[in-house]
This record gives sequence, structure tokens and C-alpha cells, in this order.
Amino acid sequence: MEKEAGTGQPEERMHVTGYRELLAIIMALLALTGITVAVSYVHLGFFNVPIALFVASIKSSLVLLFFMHLKYEGRAIKISLLSTIAFLFVMISFIFWDVAFR
Amino acid sequence: MWLFLYSEIILFGGLFVLYAAYFHEYPKNFAESGRELNRIIGSLNTVILLISSFTVAASLTAIQRGAKRLALSLITFSILCGATFLTIKYFEWGKHIREGVYPNSQVLQNGPPGNNIFFGLYYVITGLHGLHVIIGMTLLTISLVFILTGRVNERHFSMLENAGLYWHLVDLIWIFVFPLFYLVL
Repeated sequence: MEKEAGTGQPEERMHVTGYRELLAIIMALLALTGITVAVSYVHLGFFNVPIALFVASIKSSLVLLFFMHLKYEGRAIKISLLSTIAFLFVMISFIFWDVAFR
Repeated sequence: MWLFLYSEIILFGGLFVLYAAYFHEYPKNFAESGRELNRIIGSLNTVILLISSFTVAASLTAIQRGAKRLALSLITFSILCGATFLTIKYFEWGKHIREGVYPNSQVLQNGPPGNNIFFGLYYVITGLHGLHVIIGMTLLTISLVFILTGRVNERHFSMLENAGLYWHLVDLIWIFVFPLFYLVL
């Protein structure tokens, strides 16, 4: 994170995200929030939860990719984040494996 | 910084696993408890956090482009958003507590077990999240001071970048907390 100071060179992997891009992302995020809230008023029984989680995943991907600049990060961070999420997924599925067949 | 964020993801992930397992066991109780939370207030808080995340991201762009004044006002706005979020949360918790719904309360102890677990998880997760909001606001304030003193500038902005990453994570967690607690069924 801390780059070598005093080399006089601008930081290497510097990518400046434009205001317009950020504005487009926040608009998308607000729209998606509107969609989840609207869908929650419609009773779809079991499907409400997967839909809400699906929209939440899209929203978090947008935050990660653009607000957190993940799109412009190196491979190490991308892979390690994906492994964290994969680990979480394994943890959740193993718990359900246990809960469902008890 | 990212490594620390992973540990945070697993920390909240563990709590969400707990939520999922009990939701599986008491779907009815969870749905009826979820309806006691105010969707409008929840949505309002979601919007506040999302916008503050946007302004933090924009402040990083501003500092990278050398627009110091703009960066300062964007960060100040974000900190105010965090404070508003916490204030709303305070009134929300206050309302529940006045209705006798708080951990170990008579209402919950004598009610159905699922309601007790739902509100237990609600207080733990939103409480821990609130703590993260406070830490995030502190980090943003430190960045603000560093910008003022010139330690954070268009060439050295890792402090603001990391404070921003932390703030986005707080937002990220809320993105999942909101539908799970406020919008279940």
C-alpha cells in the first residue's frame, strides 16, 4: 500500500476514476436499492430471499469494482478476494449440508 | 489493507451463516419479526450510506487530481452522512427498546424462540456494523486532518485510499444486512 516516497515518480498503478463514472455507479446502486425495496412488497414466497441476495450481490460487485477500484487492481488482490468469497461460500454450504440433513 | 478487509468479511460472514441457519429453522418467526422493522427507515439509511460511499470515492479522485478543497468538502459530507446514519439507527433502536424488544427482555423471552433469535442477531449485527461506522468515521477524520496538514496530497494518498476502502466495506456489509433484516418475506 505504502509506495516508495520521494522517488519523484507518480504512483505506479495509479488509476483515477472519473467523476462521471462514479456518478453512473451511484445511480445504478440507488436504482438497484429501489428495485429490492419494490420487490420486497410483492410476495413471491420463497423467491424473495434469493432475489434480494442476487440484487445485493450485484450492488456489492459494483462497489467493489468501481468504488474500491478492484477493476484496476493487480491479480493478487483479485484472486485473494475471490478466494475469501469462495471460502465463505464453502462455509455457508457446509453449514447447510449439516442443517438440512439433520 | 485488503487482507484486513478479508478478515472483516469472514467476521460478518460468520454472523450471516448464523442468520441463515436460524432462518432455515424459524422462517415464520423471522418473517414476522422482520416486518416489525421499518422498511422506509432502512431504505433511507441504505441510501445515506451509498451516497457517502460515492462521495468518499469521489474525494479520492479529487485528491488525485489535486482538487484539495473539493476533497475536503466531500470527506466532510461523508462523515456527516455517517453521523446521520448513526442518529437514525439510535432512534430506531430506541423505538424497539421502548416497545420492550431488546436482548433478554420479557417480551422476547416469553415470545416465540425465533423472534428472540432474530432480534438477538439484529442487535449484534447492526451493533457491530454501527461500531464499524464509528471506526470508519474516525479514519475519515484522520484523513481529513492529514489532507489539511498536507501529509495526504495528490502524490501520497494511501491513507485516504485505505480509509475509503474501509468505508466501502462498511457500505458493502450494510448492502447485505439491509435486505436480510428489513426485507425478509
